[in-house]
Amino acid sequence: MRLCELTLEQLSKMLERKECSSLELTRSVFERIHEVENKIHAYLWLNEEMALSQAKEADRLRQAGEKLNPLLGIPVALKDIFCTRGIPTTCASKILENFVPPFDATVVLKLKERGVVIVGKTNMDEFAMGSTTEGSAFGPTHNPWALEYIPGGSSGGSAAALSADMCIASLGTDTGGAIRQPAACCSVCGIKPTYGRVSRYGVIAYASSLDQVGPFGKTVRDTAMMLQAIAGFDPLDSTSVPREVPGYLSACTGEVKGLKIGLPREYFVPGMDQQVKSAVQAAAKELEKAGAELLEVSLPHTEYCIATYYIIAPSEASSNLARYDGVRYGLRVPGNPNILLNMYKATRTAGFSPEVRRRIIIGTYTLSAGYYDAYYLKAQKVRTLIRRDFEEAFQKCDVLLTPVLPTPPYKLGTKINDPLEMYLSDIFTVSCNLAGLPGMTVPCGFSQEHLPIGMQLLARPFEEEKIFQVAYAYEQATDWHKRKPPL
Amino acid sequence: MKITRKEVEYVAHLARLQLSPEQAESFTARLDEILNYFEKLKELDTTNIEPTSHSIPMVNAFREDKVRPSLEIEEALQNAPEKEGGFFKVPRIIE
Repeated sequence: MRLCELTLEQLSKMLERKECSSLELTRSVFERIHEVENKIHAYLWLNEEMALSQAKEADRLRQAGEKLNPLLGIPVALKDIFCTRGIPTTCASKILENFVPPFDATVVLKLKERGVVIVGKTNMDEFAMGSTTEGSAFGPTHNPWALEYIPGGSSGGSAAALSADMCIASLGTDTGGAIRQPAACCSVCGIKPTYGRVSRYGVIAYASSLDQVGPFGKTVRDTAMMLQAIAGFDPLDSTSVPREVPGYLSACTGEVKGLKIGLPREYFVPGMDQQVKSAVQAAAKELEKAGAELLEVSLPHTEYCIATYYIIAPSEASSNLARYDGVRYGLRVPGNPNILLNMYKATRTAGFSPEVRRRIIIGTYTLSAGYYDAYYLKAQKVRTLIRRDFEEAFQKCDVLLTPVLPTPPYKLGTKINDPLEMYLSDIFTVSCNLAGLPGMTVPCGFSQEHLPIGMQLLARPFEEEKIFQVAYAYEQATDWHKRKPPL
Repeated sequence: MKITRKEVEYVAHLARLQLSPEQAESFTARLDEILNYFEKLKELDTTNIEPTSHSIPMVNAFREDKVRPSLEIEEALQNAPEKEGGFFKVPRIIE
Protein backbone atom coordinates (compact mmCIF):
# COMPACT_ATOMS: atom_id res chain seq x y z
CA MET A 1 0.00 0.00 0.00
CA ARG A 2 1.39 3.40 -0.99
CA LEU A 3 1.29 6.26 1.51
CA CYS A 4 -1.02 8.37 -0.68
CA GLU A 5 -3.66 5.59 -0.52
CA LEU A 6 -4.00 5.71 3.26
CA THR A 7 -6.51 7.76 5.23
CA LEU A 8 -5.84 11.02 7.04
CA GLU A 9 -6.37 9.27 10.37
CA GLN A 10 -3.92 6.46 9.57
CA LEU A 11 -1.29 8.88 8.26
CA SER A 12 -1.73 11.19 11.20
CA LYS A 13 -0.88 8.30 13.54
CA MET A 14 2.05 7.18 11.39
CA LEU A 15 3.48 10.70 11.34
CA GLU A 16 3.06 10.92 15.08
CA ARG A 17 4.88 7.63 15.62
CA LYS A 18 7.50 8.74 13.07
CA GLU A 19 6.75 5.70 10.90
CA CYS A 20 6.82 8.03 7.92
CA SER A 21 7.69 11.67 7.29
CA SER A 22 5.59 14.36 5.71
CA LEU A 23 8.24 14.60 3.01
CA GLU A 24 7.78 10.91 2.09
CA LEU A 25 4.03 11.30 2.17
CA THR A 26 4.07 14.45 0.03
CA ARG A 27 6.39 12.76 -2.48
CA SER A 28 3.97 9.83 -2.66
CA VAL A 29 1.07 12.22 -3.37
CA PHE A 30 2.99 13.95 -6.17
CA GLU A 31 4.09 10.62 -7.63
CA ARG A 32 0.39 9.80 -7.91
CA ILE A 33 -0.35 13.21 -9.42
CA HIS A 34 2.29 12.61 -12.10
CA GLU A 35 0.64 9.26 -12.92
CA VAL A 36 -3.01 10.23 -13.22
CA GLU A 37 -3.58 13.99 -13.22
CA ASN A 38 -3.28 14.25 -17.01
CA LYS A 39 -6.35 11.97 -17.28
CA ILE A 40 -8.39 13.71 -14.59
CA HIS A 41 -7.52 17.42 -14.55
CA ALA A 42 -8.47 17.90 -10.91
CA TYR A 43 -6.01 20.76 -10.38
CA LEU A 44 -5.75 24.28 -11.75
CA TRP A 45 -2.53 25.03 -9.88
CA LEU A 46 0.16 22.73 -8.48
CA ASN A 47 3.57 23.52 -7.02
CA GLU A 48 5.57 20.47 -6.05
CA GLU A 49 8.59 22.45 -4.89
CA MET A 50 6.52 24.61 -2.55
CA ALA A 51 4.70 21.55 -1.20
CA LEU A 52 7.92 19.66 -0.55
CA SER A 53 9.37 22.60 1.33
CA GLN A 54 6.19 22.86 3.45
CA ALA A 55 6.54 19.12 4.14
CA LYS A 56 10.16 19.59 5.27
CA GLU A 57 9.04 22.41 7.53
CA ALA A 58 6.30 20.19 9.00
CA ASP A 59 8.87 17.47 9.68
CA ARG A 60 11.15 20.02 11.32
CA LEU A 61 8.31 21.27 13.53
CA ARG A 62 7.47 17.73 14.57
CA GLN A 63 11.09 17.00 15.39
CA ALA A 64 11.13 20.16 17.52
CA GLY A 65 7.83 19.18 19.15
CA GLU A 66 6.09 22.34 17.88
CA LYS A 67 2.58 22.79 16.43
CA LEU A 68 1.82 19.13 17.14
CA ASN A 69 -1.71 18.38 15.93
CA PRO A 70 -3.40 15.71 13.80
CA LEU A 71 -3.05 17.71 10.55
CA LEU A 72 0.65 18.58 10.84
CA GLY A 73 2.31 17.57 7.57
CA ILE A 74 -0.88 16.28 5.87
CA PRO A 75 -1.15 17.13 2.12
CA VAL A 76 -4.41 18.98 1.49
CA ALA A 77 -6.02 20.31 -1.72
CA LEU A 78 -8.04 23.54 -1.81
CA LYS A 79 -10.83 24.47 -4.20
CA ASP A 80 -9.71 27.45 -6.27
CA ILE A 81 -12.39 29.58 -4.61
CA PHE A 82 -10.32 30.16 -1.45
CA CYS A 83 -8.05 33.20 -1.42
CA THR A 84 -4.48 32.04 -0.88
CA ARG A 85 -1.81 34.64 -0.21
CA GLY A 86 0.76 34.64 -3.02
CA ILE A 87 -0.91 31.71 -4.82
CA PRO A 88 -3.15 32.33 -7.87
CA THR A 89 -6.88 32.15 -7.15
CA THR A 90 -9.06 32.10 -10.26
CA CYS A 91 -12.46 30.68 -9.28
CA ALA A 92 -12.01 28.88 -12.64
CA SER A 93 -12.79 32.15 -14.43
CA LYS A 94 -10.96 34.07 -17.13
CA ILE A 95 -11.82 37.24 -15.28
CA LEU A 96 -9.52 36.22 -12.38
CA GLU A 97 -6.94 34.35 -14.47
CA ASN A 98 -4.00 36.40 -13.16
CA PHE A 99 -5.32 37.23 -9.69
CA VAL A 100 -2.91 36.62 -6.81
CA PRO A 101 -4.59 37.46 -3.49
CA PRO A 102 -2.69 39.56 -0.95
CA PHE A 103 -4.34 37.66 1.92
CA ASP A 104 -5.50 34.20 3.05
CA ALA A 105 -9.07 33.07 3.62
CA THR A 106 -9.65 32.28 7.31
CA VAL A 107 -9.98 28.54 6.61
CA VAL A 108 -6.67 28.59 4.72
CA LEU A 109 -5.04 30.40 7.61
CA LYS A 110 -6.43 27.84 10.04
CA LEU A 111 -4.98 24.98 8.00
CA LYS A 112 -1.63 26.76 7.66
CA GLU A 113 -1.52 27.30 11.42
CA ARG A 114 -1.86 23.54 11.77
CA GLY A 115 1.05 23.00 9.39
CA VAL A 116 -0.70 21.24 6.50
CA VAL A 117 1.01 20.88 3.13
CA ILE A 118 -0.89 22.70 0.38
CA VAL A 119 -0.81 20.40 -2.66
CA GLY A 120 -2.64 22.69 -5.06
CA LYS A 121 -5.81 24.54 -6.07
CA THR A 122 -8.58 22.42 -7.53
CA ASN A 123 -10.85 22.81 -10.54
CA MET A 124 -14.50 23.85 -10.24
CA ASP A 125 -17.40 25.29 -12.20
CA GLU A 126 -16.69 28.98 -12.84
CA PHE A 127 -17.70 30.95 -9.73
CA ALA A 128 -19.17 27.69 -8.36
CA MET A 129 -22.08 27.93 -10.82
CA GLY A 130 -22.72 24.42 -12.03
CA SER A 131 -23.16 20.81 -11.01
CA THR A 132 -20.60 19.13 -13.26
CA THR A 133 -17.24 21.02 -13.25
CA GLU A 134 -17.71 21.40 -17.01
CA GLY A 135 -18.32 25.09 -16.29
CA SER A 136 -14.62 25.69 -15.62
CA ALA A 137 -13.07 28.20 -18.02
CA PHE A 138 -9.99 25.94 -18.01
CA GLY A 139 -11.57 22.65 -19.09
CA PRO A 140 -13.59 19.97 -17.28
CA THR A 141 -12.49 17.52 -14.58
CA HIS A 142 -13.00 13.82 -15.32
CA ASN A 143 -14.48 11.32 -12.88
CA PRO A 144 -11.72 8.95 -11.65
CA TRP A 145 -14.23 6.06 -11.62
CA ALA A 146 -15.12 6.50 -15.31
CA LEU A 147 -13.20 9.17 -17.16
CA GLU A 148 -15.95 10.14 -19.61
CA TYR A 149 -18.37 10.88 -16.75
CA ILE A 150 -18.90 14.05 -14.69
CA PRO A 151 -17.22 14.25 -11.27
CA GLY A 152 -20.13 16.38 -10.03
CA GLY A 153 -19.83 20.03 -9.19
CA SER A 154 -19.03 22.62 -8.46
CA SER A 155 -16.24 21.31 -6.15
CA GLY A 156 -15.49 18.50 -8.64
CA GLY A 157 -11.71 18.94 -8.57
CA SER A 158 -11.51 18.58 -4.78
CA ALA A 159 -13.59 15.37 -4.83
CA ALA A 160 -11.82 13.85 -7.86
CA ALA A 161 -8.34 14.64 -6.50
CA LEU A 162 -9.22 12.93 -3.21
CA SER A 163 -10.82 9.85 -4.73
CA ALA A 164 -7.76 9.39 -7.00
CA ASP A 165 -5.37 9.69 -3.99
CA MET A 166 -3.89 12.94 -5.32
CA CYS A 167 -4.32 14.47 -1.83
CA ILE A 168 -5.20 13.19 1.65
CA ALA A 169 -8.12 15.55 2.29
CA SER A 170 -9.58 18.60 0.58
CA LEU A 171 -11.82 21.61 1.01
CA GLY A 172 -14.77 22.71 -1.07
CA THR A 173 -17.73 25.03 -0.83
CA ASP A 174 -21.42 24.19 -1.09
CA THR A 175 -24.15 26.62 -2.20
CA GLY A 176 -26.74 24.13 -3.49
CA GLY A 177 -24.96 20.79 -3.29
CA ALA A 178 -21.46 21.61 -4.52
CA ILE A 179 -19.73 19.47 -1.87
CA ARG A 180 -22.34 16.73 -1.54
CA GLN A 181 -22.86 16.08 -5.26
CA PRO A 182 -19.19 15.63 -6.22
CA ALA A 183 -18.65 13.51 -3.08
CA ALA A 184 -21.44 11.22 -4.30
CA CYS A 185 -20.13 11.13 -7.89
CA CYS A 186 -16.56 10.33 -6.78
CA SER A 187 -17.37 8.00 -3.81
CA VAL A 188 -15.85 10.05 -1.01
CA CYS A 189 -17.35 11.72 2.07
CA GLY A 190 -18.14 15.43 2.13
CA ILE A 191 -20.01 17.63 4.57
CA LYS A 192 -21.70 20.98 4.17
CA PRO A 193 -21.80 22.31 7.74
CA THR A 194 -24.56 24.47 9.21
CA TYR A 195 -24.64 28.00 7.76
CA GLY A 196 -22.38 30.06 10.04
CA ARG A 197 -20.39 27.09 11.40
CA VAL A 198 -17.33 27.85 9.22
CA SER A 199 -15.99 31.28 8.27
CA ARG A 200 -16.57 32.49 4.72
CA TYR A 201 -13.97 35.26 4.98
CA GLY A 202 -11.74 35.19 1.90
CA VAL A 203 -13.99 32.72 0.09
CA ILE A 204 -15.07 34.14 -3.27
CA ALA A 205 -18.80 34.72 -2.89
CA TYR A 206 -21.50 33.16 -5.08
CA ALA A 207 -24.76 33.41 -3.07
CA SER A 208 -23.95 34.78 0.36
CA SER A 209 -27.01 33.51 2.22
CA LEU A 210 -26.38 29.95 1.00
CA ASP A 211 -22.57 29.53 0.62
CA GLN A 212 -20.78 27.41 3.19
CA VAL A 213 -17.27 25.90 3.37
CA GLY A 214 -16.78 22.21 4.09
CA PRO A 215 -14.29 19.35 3.87
CA PHE A 216 -14.00 16.16 1.83
CA GLY A 217 -12.51 13.06 3.46
CA LYS A 218 -11.79 9.47 2.44
CA THR A 219 -13.71 8.32 5.51
CA VAL A 220 -16.27 9.74 7.93
CA ARG A 221 -13.63 10.17 10.63
CA ASP A 222 -11.23 11.95 8.23
CA THR A 223 -14.05 14.36 7.36
CA ALA A 224 -14.75 14.95 11.06
CA MET A 225 -11.07 15.71 11.69
CA MET A 226 -11.01 18.26 8.87
CA LEU A 227 -14.20 19.98 10.02
CA GLN A 228 -12.75 20.18 13.52
CA ALA A 229 -9.82 22.18 12.13
CA ILE A 230 -11.85 24.75 10.20
CA ALA A 231 -15.03 25.21 12.27
CA GLY A 232 -15.66 28.11 14.63
CA PHE A 233 -16.50 31.77 14.95
CA ASP A 234 -14.49 34.33 12.99
CA PRO A 235 -14.81 38.04 13.78
CA LEU A 236 -13.99 38.71 10.10
CA ASP A 237 -17.22 36.97 8.97
CA SER A 238 -20.24 38.60 10.57
CA THR A 239 -22.43 35.63 9.57
CA SER A 240 -20.26 33.12 11.40
CA VAL A 241 -21.89 32.03 14.64
CA PRO A 242 -20.24 32.48 18.04
CA ARG A 243 -20.91 29.02 19.35
CA GLU A 244 -18.63 26.39 20.80
CA VAL A 245 -17.38 23.68 18.44
CA PRO A 246 -17.96 20.17 19.83
CA GLY A 247 -15.53 17.29 19.36
CA TYR A 248 -16.63 15.69 16.11
CA LEU A 249 -14.47 12.58 16.36
CA SER A 250 -16.00 11.66 19.70
CA ALA A 251 -19.42 11.67 17.97
CA CYS A 252 -18.19 8.75 15.82
CA THR A 253 -19.16 6.05 18.29
CA GLY A 254 -20.56 3.45 15.90
CA GLU A 255 -23.68 3.42 18.08
CA VAL A 256 -27.09 4.37 16.67
CA LYS A 257 -29.46 2.47 18.97
CA GLY A 258 -32.67 4.40 19.54
CA LEU A 259 -31.80 7.13 17.04
CA LYS A 260 -34.72 8.07 14.81
CA ILE A 261 -33.94 8.31 11.10
CA GLY A 262 -36.56 9.94 8.87
CA LEU A 263 -37.03 9.07 5.21
CA PRO A 264 -38.79 11.97 3.46
CA ARG A 265 -41.50 10.58 1.21
CA GLU A 266 -40.92 13.32 -1.41
CA TYR A 267 -37.29 12.22 -1.88
CA PHE A 268 -38.21 8.73 -3.06
CA VAL A 269 -40.39 9.50 -6.05
CA PRO A 270 -41.53 7.35 -8.93
CA GLY A 271 -39.39 8.08 -11.96
CA MET A 272 -36.16 8.43 -10.05
CA ASP A 273 -33.32 6.07 -10.87
CA GLN A 274 -34.13 2.65 -9.40
CA GLN A 275 -30.52 1.82 -8.57
CA VAL A 276 -30.13 5.04 -6.55
CA LYS A 277 -33.41 4.42 -4.79
CA SER A 278 -32.58 0.86 -3.83
CA ALA A 279 -29.02 1.74 -2.73
CA VAL A 280 -30.34 4.38 -0.31
CA GLN A 281 -33.14 2.09 0.89
CA ALA A 282 -30.57 -0.66 1.51
CA ALA A 283 -28.52 1.83 3.55
CA ALA A 284 -31.61 2.60 5.64
CA LYS A 285 -32.07 -1.13 6.31
CA GLU A 286 -28.43 -1.40 7.34
CA LEU A 287 -28.94 1.38 9.89
CA GLU A 288 -32.10 -0.28 11.13
CA LYS A 289 -30.11 -3.46 11.65
CA ALA A 290 -27.65 -1.44 13.71
CA GLY A 291 -30.49 -0.38 16.01
CA ALA A 292 -31.81 2.86 14.53
CA GLU A 293 -35.52 3.38 14.14
CA LEU A 294 -36.78 4.23 10.63
CA LEU A 295 -39.85 6.32 9.98
CA GLU A 296 -41.40 8.05 7.01
CA VAL A 297 -41.68 11.85 7.18
CA SER A 298 -42.95 14.49 4.79
CA LEU A 299 -41.35 17.66 3.41
CA PRO A 300 -44.37 18.92 1.46
CA HIS A 301 -42.68 21.92 -0.21
CA THR A 302 -39.90 19.87 -1.83
CA GLU A 303 -41.24 20.47 -5.34
CA TYR A 304 -40.75 24.24 -4.89
CA CYS A 305 -37.10 24.03 -3.83
CA ILE A 306 -35.49 24.27 -7.27
CA ALA A 307 -37.46 27.35 -8.35
CA THR A 308 -36.78 29.01 -4.99
CA TYR A 309 -33.08 28.24 -5.16
CA TYR A 310 -32.67 29.35 -8.78
CA ILE A 311 -34.22 32.71 -7.94
CA ILE A 312 -32.29 33.35 -4.72
CA ALA A 313 -28.85 32.13 -5.85
CA PRO A 314 -28.62 34.14 -9.12
CA SER A 315 -30.09 37.22 -7.41
CA GLU A 316 -27.34 37.20 -4.80
CA ALA A 317 -24.77 36.28 -7.45
CA SER A 318 -25.69 39.24 -9.65
CA SER A 319 -24.88 41.51 -6.73
CA ASN A 320 -21.71 39.64 -5.64
CA LEU A 321 -20.29 39.51 -9.16
CA ALA A 322 -20.73 43.25 -9.71
CA ARG A 323 -17.24 43.68 -8.23
CA TYR A 324 -15.54 42.23 -11.33
CA ASP A 325 -15.29 45.44 -13.29
CA GLY A 326 -11.68 45.57 -14.50
CA VAL A 327 -10.72 48.29 -12.03
CA ARG A 328 -9.03 46.84 -8.95
CA TYR A 329 -7.97 43.34 -10.00
CA GLY A 330 -8.46 40.73 -12.66
CA LEU A 331 -8.99 41.08 -16.38
CA ARG A 332 -9.38 44.46 -18.10
CA VAL A 333 -10.49 44.71 -21.72
CA PRO A 334 -10.57 48.20 -23.30
CA GLY A 335 -13.91 49.37 -24.68
CA ASN A 336 -14.53 50.96 -28.04
CA PRO A 337 -14.41 53.92 -27.68
CA ASN A 338 -12.52 53.32 -24.45
CA ILE A 339 -14.63 55.09 -21.86
CA LEU A 340 -15.38 53.59 -18.43
CA LEU A 341 -18.83 52.16 -19.25
CA ASN A 342 -17.55 50.42 -22.38
CA MET A 343 -14.54 49.06 -20.49
CA TYR A 344 -16.87 47.54 -17.86
CA LYS A 345 -18.96 45.86 -20.53
CA ALA A 346 -16.03 44.62 -22.61
CA THR A 347 -14.27 43.23 -19.51
CA ARG A 348 -17.31 41.45 -18.06
CA THR A 349 -18.40 40.08 -21.42
CA ALA A 350 -14.94 38.66 -22.19
CA GLY A 351 -14.29 37.49 -18.63
CA PHE A 352 -17.49 35.56 -17.77
CA SER A 353 -18.65 32.34 -19.45
CA PRO A 354 -22.17 32.15 -20.94
CA GLU A 355 -23.57 30.27 -17.89
CA VAL A 356 -22.23 32.90 -15.49
CA ARG A 357 -23.61 35.68 -17.71
CA ARG A 358 -26.95 33.86 -17.84
CA ARG A 359 -27.15 33.70 -14.04
CA ILE A 360 -26.13 37.35 -13.67
CA ILE A 361 -28.87 38.36 -16.11
CA ILE A 362 -31.51 36.19 -14.36
CA GLY A 363 -30.48 37.66 -11.00
CA THR A 364 -30.47 41.23 -12.26
CA TYR A 365 -33.93 40.65 -13.71
CA THR A 366 -35.41 39.06 -10.56
CA LEU A 367 -34.07 41.94 -8.44
CA SER A 368 -35.08 44.73 -10.82
CA ALA A 369 -37.79 47.27 -10.11
CA GLY A 370 -41.21 45.79 -10.80
CA TYR A 371 -40.10 42.15 -10.50
CA TYR A 372 -38.55 42.07 -7.02
CA ASP A 373 -41.80 41.19 -5.22
CA ALA A 374 -42.86 38.62 -7.78
CA TYR A 375 -39.57 36.73 -7.76
CA TYR A 376 -37.02 37.46 -5.03
CA LEU A 377 -39.42 38.31 -2.20
CA LYS A 378 -41.74 35.47 -3.19
CA ALA A 379 -38.82 33.03 -3.17
CA GLN A 380 -37.75 34.23 0.28
CA LYS A 381 -41.26 33.60 1.57
CA VAL A 382 -41.30 30.11 0.10
CA ARG A 383 -37.90 29.65 1.73
CA THR A 384 -39.65 30.14 5.06
CA LEU A 385 -42.12 27.36 4.20
CA ILE A 386 -39.26 25.06 3.21
CA ARG A 387 -37.46 25.78 6.50
CA ARG A 388 -40.67 25.05 8.44
CA ASP A 389 -41.01 21.67 6.68
CA PHE A 390 -37.66 20.68 8.15
CA GLU A 391 -38.52 22.04 11.60
CA GLU A 392 -41.60 19.85 11.62
CA ALA A 393 -39.80 16.78 10.33
CA PHE A 394 -37.12 17.18 13.00
CA GLN A 395 -39.84 17.12 15.67
CA LYS A 396 -40.24 13.45 14.78
CA CYS A 397 -36.71 12.34 13.94
CA ASP A 398 -33.03 13.13 14.64
CA VAL A 399 -31.57 12.72 11.19
CA LEU A 400 -32.97 12.56 7.64
CA LEU A 401 -31.67 10.05 5.12
CA THR A 402 -32.10 10.81 1.39
CA PRO A 403 -30.40 10.29 -1.96
CA VAL A 404 -27.88 12.96 -3.03
CA LEU A 405 -28.64 12.91 -6.75
CA PRO A 406 -31.64 11.46 -8.59
CA THR A 407 -29.29 9.46 -10.89
CA PRO A 408 -25.74 8.08 -10.90
CA PRO A 409 -23.17 10.42 -12.55
CA TYR A 410 -23.92 11.04 -16.22
CA LYS A 411 -21.62 11.50 -19.20
CA LEU A 412 -19.71 14.75 -19.72
CA GLY A 413 -21.47 16.96 -22.25
CA THR A 414 -24.96 15.55 -21.60
CA LYS A 415 -26.60 18.56 -19.93
CA ILE A 416 -24.19 21.39 -20.58
CA ASN A 417 -26.48 22.91 -23.20
CA ASP A 418 -29.66 22.49 -21.22
CA PRO A 419 -29.37 24.58 -18.06
CA LEU A 420 -32.88 23.83 -16.77
CA GLU A 421 -32.23 20.08 -17.05
CA MET A 422 -28.99 20.51 -15.07
CA TYR A 423 -30.74 22.65 -12.43
CA LEU A 424 -33.34 19.92 -11.88
CA SER A 425 -30.66 17.41 -10.84
CA ASP A 426 -30.06 19.59 -7.75
CA ILE A 427 -33.51 18.65 -6.39
CA PHE A 428 -32.28 16.71 -3.31
CA THR A 429 -29.43 19.04 -2.27
CA VAL A 430 -30.63 22.68 -2.50
CA SER A 431 -33.17 22.43 0.33
CA CYS A 432 -30.38 21.92 2.88
CA ASN A 433 -28.79 25.27 1.91
CA LEU A 434 -32.14 27.08 1.82
CA ALA A 435 -32.81 25.89 5.39
CA GLY A 436 -29.18 26.39 6.54
CA LEU A 437 -28.90 22.77 7.76
CA PRO A 438 -25.81 20.58 7.89
CA GLY A 439 -25.77 17.86 5.22
CA MET A 440 -23.30 15.09 4.46
CA THR A 441 -22.67 12.64 1.66
CA VAL A 442 -21.53 9.12 2.49
CA PRO A 443 -20.82 6.58 -0.29
CA CYS A 444 -23.52 3.88 -0.33
CA GLY A 445 -22.94 1.74 -3.38
CA PHE A 446 -22.35 1.49 -7.12
CA SER A 447 -24.57 1.20 -10.15
CA GLN A 448 -24.38 -1.77 -12.54
CA GLU A 449 -22.07 0.40 -14.65
CA HIS A 450 -19.76 0.70 -11.58
CA LEU A 451 -20.60 4.38 -11.05
CA PRO A 452 -20.67 5.66 -7.46
CA ILE A 453 -23.91 6.32 -5.56
CA GLY A 454 -24.09 8.42 -2.40
CA MET A 455 -26.58 8.96 0.38
CA GLN A 456 -27.28 12.23 2.16
CA LEU A 457 -27.72 12.74 5.90
CA LEU A 458 -29.34 15.96 7.15
CA ALA A 459 -29.70 17.19 10.73
CA ARG A 460 -30.91 20.20 12.70
CA PRO A 461 -28.70 23.31 12.59
CA PHE A 462 -25.46 22.78 14.56
CA GLU A 463 -26.08 19.04 14.98
CA GLU A 464 -23.23 17.87 12.75
CA GLU A 465 -22.40 15.36 15.51
CA LYS A 466 -25.60 13.41 14.88
CA ILE A 467 -24.69 13.19 11.20
CA PHE A 468 -21.20 11.90 12.00
CA GLN A 469 -22.68 9.42 14.45
CA VAL A 470 -25.01 7.90 11.85
CA ALA A 471 -22.48 8.17 9.01
CA TYR A 472 -19.80 6.36 10.99
CA ALA A 473 -22.13 3.59 12.11
CA TYR A 474 -23.07 3.03 8.46
CA GLU A 475 -19.47 3.14 7.28
CA GLN A 476 -18.52 0.53 9.91
CA ALA A 477 -21.12 -1.82 8.50
CA THR A 478 -20.03 -1.43 4.85
CA ASP A 479 -16.83 -1.31 2.81
CA TRP A 480 -17.64 1.19 0.04
CA HIS A 481 -15.02 3.59 1.42
CA LYS A 482 -12.30 1.00 0.93
CA ARG A 483 -12.79 0.73 -2.84
CA LYS A 484 -10.46 2.56 -5.20
CA PRO A 485 -11.21 3.82 -8.71
CA PRO A 486 -9.81 1.62 -11.49
CA LEU A 487 -7.27 4.10 -12.84
CA MET B 1 -43.49 34.95 -23.60
CA LYS B 2 -42.45 36.02 -20.06
CA ILE B 3 -39.55 38.10 -21.31
CA THR B 4 -38.80 39.88 -24.58
CA ARG B 5 -35.49 40.27 -26.32
CA LYS B 6 -35.65 43.99 -25.63
CA GLU B 7 -35.96 43.39 -21.89
CA VAL B 8 -33.04 40.95 -21.95
CA GLU B 9 -30.91 43.56 -23.70
CA TYR B 10 -31.93 46.18 -21.14
CA VAL B 11 -31.16 43.88 -18.16
CA ALA B 12 -27.82 42.95 -19.75
CA HIS B 13 -27.01 46.65 -19.91
CA LEU B 14 -27.90 47.05 -16.22
CA ALA B 15 -25.54 44.15 -15.45
CA ARG B 16 -22.85 45.73 -17.65
CA LEU B 17 -22.80 42.86 -20.14
CA GLN B 18 -22.85 42.96 -23.94
CA LEU B 19 -24.87 40.51 -26.00
CA SER B 20 -24.40 39.88 -29.69
CA PRO B 21 -27.69 39.70 -31.64
CA GLU B 22 -27.48 35.86 -31.77
CA GLN B 23 -26.70 35.65 -28.03
CA ALA B 24 -29.58 37.98 -27.20
CA GLU B 25 -31.85 35.65 -29.18
CA SER B 26 -30.69 32.44 -27.49
CA PHE B 27 -30.50 34.02 -24.01
CA THR B 28 -34.09 35.23 -24.38
CA ALA B 29 -35.32 31.73 -25.22
CA ARG B 30 -33.42 30.15 -22.29
CA LEU B 31 -34.48 32.82 -19.82
CA ASP B 32 -38.08 32.56 -20.91
CA GLU B 33 -38.01 28.82 -20.23
CA ILE B 34 -36.44 29.41 -16.79
CA LEU B 35 -38.87 32.22 -15.85
CA ASN B 36 -41.78 30.02 -16.86
CA TYR B 37 -40.46 27.39 -14.50
CA PHE B 38 -40.36 30.01 -11.70
CA GLU B 39 -44.14 30.49 -12.18
CA LYS B 40 -44.54 27.35 -10.11
CA LEU B 41 -44.12 29.40 -6.92
CA LYS B 42 -47.39 31.21 -7.72
CA GLU B 43 -49.25 28.02 -6.73
CA LEU B 44 -48.40 28.80 -3.09
CA ASP B 45 -50.30 31.28 -0.97
CA THR B 46 -47.65 33.24 0.95
CA THR B 47 -49.77 36.00 2.47
CA ASN B 48 -48.68 36.53 6.09
CA ILE B 49 -45.51 34.47 5.59
CA GLU B 50 -42.35 36.26 6.70
CA PRO B 51 -39.50 36.13 4.19
CA THR B 52 -36.29 34.29 5.19
CA SER B 53 -33.22 36.29 4.23
CA HIS B 54 -30.90 34.24 6.39
CA SER B 55 -31.57 30.69 7.50
CA ILE B 56 -29.88 31.03 10.89
CA PRO B 57 -31.54 33.85 12.87
CA MET B 58 -28.92 36.48 13.67
CA VAL B 59 -28.96 40.04 14.94
CA ASN B 60 -26.58 42.69 13.64
CA ALA B 61 -22.96 41.87 14.35
CA PHE B 62 -21.09 44.88 15.66
CA ARG B 63 -17.42 45.45 16.35
CA GLU B 64 -15.64 48.29 18.05
CA ASP B 65 -15.05 51.32 15.85
CA LYS B 66 -11.27 51.22 16.16
CA VAL B 67 -8.55 51.71 13.57
CA ARG B 68 -6.92 48.38 12.80
CA PRO B 69 -4.06 47.40 10.52
CA SER B 70 -5.05 46.94 6.87
CA LEU B 71 -3.34 46.16 3.57
CA GLU B 72 -0.42 48.36 2.53
CA ILE B 73 -1.29 50.53 -0.49
CA GLU B 74 1.25 48.67 -2.58
CA GLU B 75 -0.32 45.30 -1.74
CA ALA B 76 -3.81 46.61 -2.39
CA LEU B 77 -2.68 47.82 -5.80
CA GLN B 78 -0.63 44.75 -6.75
CA ASN B 79 -3.42 43.27 -8.88
CA ALA B 80 -4.56 46.54 -10.46
CA PRO B 81 -4.75 46.42 -14.28
CA GLU B 82 -3.60 50.05 -14.31
CA LYS B 83 -2.42 52.31 -11.48
CA GLU B 84 -0.83 55.71 -11.01
CA GLY B 85 0.44 57.58 -7.97
CA GLY B 86 -1.11 55.18 -5.43
CA PHE B 87 -4.51 55.09 -7.18
CA PHE B 88 -6.43 52.71 -9.42
CA LYS B 89 -6.55 54.24 -12.87
CA VAL B 90 -9.66 53.97 -15.07
CA PRO B 91 -10.43 55.14 -18.60
CA ARG B 92 -12.22 58.46 -19.18
CA ILE B 93 -15.74 58.47 -17.79
CA ILE B 94 -17.37 60.60 -20.50
CA GLU B 95 -16.73 60.53 -24.22
